[in-house]
Amino acid sequence: MNVVLPLLVALPLLGAGLNMALWRQVRVQQALGTAFLGAALVMSLVLLAHVADEGPVSVHLAGWPAPIGITLVADVFSALLLVVAVATLLAVFVYAVGQPRADKGAFYFHSLYLMLSAGVAGSLLAGDLFNLFVAFEVMLASSYVLITLGGSRDQVRSGMTYVIINLVASTLLVTSVGLLYAATGSVNMAEVALRLQEVPDGVRQALGGLLLVTFGIKAAIFPLFFWLPDSYPTAPVTVTAVFAGLLTKIGVYAIIRSQTLLFPSDEPMVLLLVLAGLTMVVGVLGAIAQDDMKRILSFHIVSQIGYMLFGLGLYSVAGIAGAVFFIVHQIPVKTALFLVNGLVETVTGSSALQRAGGLLRSNPFIAAMFGLAALSLVGVPPFTGFFGKLALVTAGFSVGEWVVTGVALAVSLLTLLSMSKIWANVFWGDHVEREPIIGPAGQVFTLPDHAPRLMNAATLGLVALTLVIAVAAEPVWQLSEQAAEELLAPAGSYIEAVVGP
Amino acid sequence: MILVLAAGVGIIFATGTFLLLQRTLSRIVLGLGMYGNGVNLLMMLTGGRAGAPPFADGSAKGPMADPMPQAMSLTTIVINLGIIALLLALAYRSATLTGADEVEDDLEDRRIAQARREEEIVAEIEEEEEEPMPATTGGEPPAGGSTSIGEGAQR
Repeated sequence: MNVVLPLLVALPLLGAGLNMALWRQVRVQQALGTAFLGAALVMSLVLLAHVADEGPVSVHLAGWPAPIGITLVADVFSALLLVVAVATLLAVFVYAVGQPRADKGAFYFHSLYLMLSAGVAGSLLAGDLFNLFVAFEVMLASSYVLITLGGSRDQVRSGMTYVIINLVASTLLVTSVGLLYAATGSVNMAEVALRLQEVPDGVRQALGGLLLVTFGIKAAIFPLFFWLPDSYPTAPVTVTAVFAGLLTKIGVYAIIRSQTLLFPSDEPMVLLLVLAGLTMVVGVLGAIAQDDMKRILSFHIVSQIGYMLFGLGLYSVAGIAGAVFFIVHQIPVKTALFLVNGLVETVTGSSALQRAGGLLRSNPFIAAMFGLAALSLVGVPPFTGFFGKLALVTAGFSVGEWVVTGVALAVSLLTLLSMSKIWANVFWGDHVEREPIIGPAGQVFTLPDHAPRLMNAATLGLVALTLVIAVAAEPVWQLSEQAAEELLAPAGSYIEAVVGP
Repeated sequence: MILVLAAGVGIIFATGTFLLLQRTLSRIVLGLGMYGNGVNLLMMLTGGRAGAPPFADGSAKGPMADPMPQAMSLTTIVINLGIIALLLALAYRSATLTGADEVEDDLEDRRIAQARREEEIVAEIEEEEEEPMPATTGGEPPAGGSTSIGEGAQR
């Protein structure tokens, strides 16, 4: 495992560098990227199997001990998310390879994408707060460029907001890391967790609040979500799909990790539950008000973040296990929905609801993909969303938090409403005649009847992954429970793996 | 000494926040640059009193500064430099596209504002139409108002 942990971060970075050197050979770039991500997927599966059997592992890079050197740690929580994240990254990469050439943007897309993958892996594996910040920055810096890749007016306008908000959040993160260092003399999360117990209560709560706000901006929780629905929809579809599936979830990962490890609590956290309820409601209401598929889905990202926060706020094994399961379900489902949106855009030329119609008859494959992913998102049995929500709701009732659990159930219905809005407008209804797009220089682009085969295959792969999670709900749930147990009792597992018994 | 620096951190952050809330993009970028400097100063403060060397061989006498915060602020300086450069490029791009060094209005805000204006106009017209009519149709204006919201949102 000493090799696998650093390789999971280093391999995508190496791929990014090679892709930059090979900038003329797009085909080679595509093959390399697929190979590197495929290798990362295999390694993350090996890692998950190892940590599930033998508990958390940690690696001190170059043999430097904990407070000075860089520590990478993997427990069941991070390994499980890593497997799903890398699988999703691979599927979207294949989708991007299959996209028509004109849509792909510039040659550096592949390098940036691999850098983003390295950032995602780094954030999940980072064992100290400062390297968590660095990995976040690797991920975000590539995302800044990816979101403004076309350089069009809309992209620059919303990309600017995105960059500024995230930069402010990063500044806050460094500030909190600095203050934590001042209070404890270490940035290694396991050491900080041990030393924070001796820090006065007030200081500890202030630091906890600061970290919650910082990661809250990145995860788009209730009062801090405003930047998301505005900036995501303007990016190219592959970029939006990855961002929707992964970036906010990494923020949630950081919240769960920091709150359970550094600022543990014995009872449900009312503040988190209130924020969770508001995030769910505001997100879903925003989605209902929209008339564009991409914007509806973007608001749903916010709404679903609420469920994950709800699980954490309950602070019981069942609740946190529910949250972990929910993240595992969300990453592929959300990404799949955005990929379907990309397919719809490919054949209709737009994601606005009135510009499409009758796709059920003309493109039954796209309709089937959307139907499966949407039912899963809403939580209809036997799809994955059902198991996630069932676990969360059961946990909520068993703790006795009736109000927020009721809100979670009601929000599910509203999710169904907004999904049926997309279904009714895009897939039912009369066939809308597809007008050819006139380019800026007067050239005419006719829209294809079907999306390229590779794009379809990538979407199918991701939807199949969600179905596999649904069929294998029992083992995935056991892993989630194991992850939750480790998160709630870090002293015997996570901390021991890093600083020794 | 430390108190002066701590106050300096506060002043830098306050100035940065002020600049960040402006509408001009170049000022926003400057504000973010201020934030970066404020954070670095704060990092240095966490390492103890200023003035001592961060590296010393075994024979050197006297106190030694904590090298960790210095290493960390070095990293943040590099990251900040790169991202500020990207932001400047974006601001330049925005200026060439729109001809102004300003944050553009939010599309969503404009649509909502427009929907509200239309709603007001519709309400006004309905009021004018209603005046000569008898009171039996009093229930209609709110219904008319709500459809205009829907139309506005769809546009």
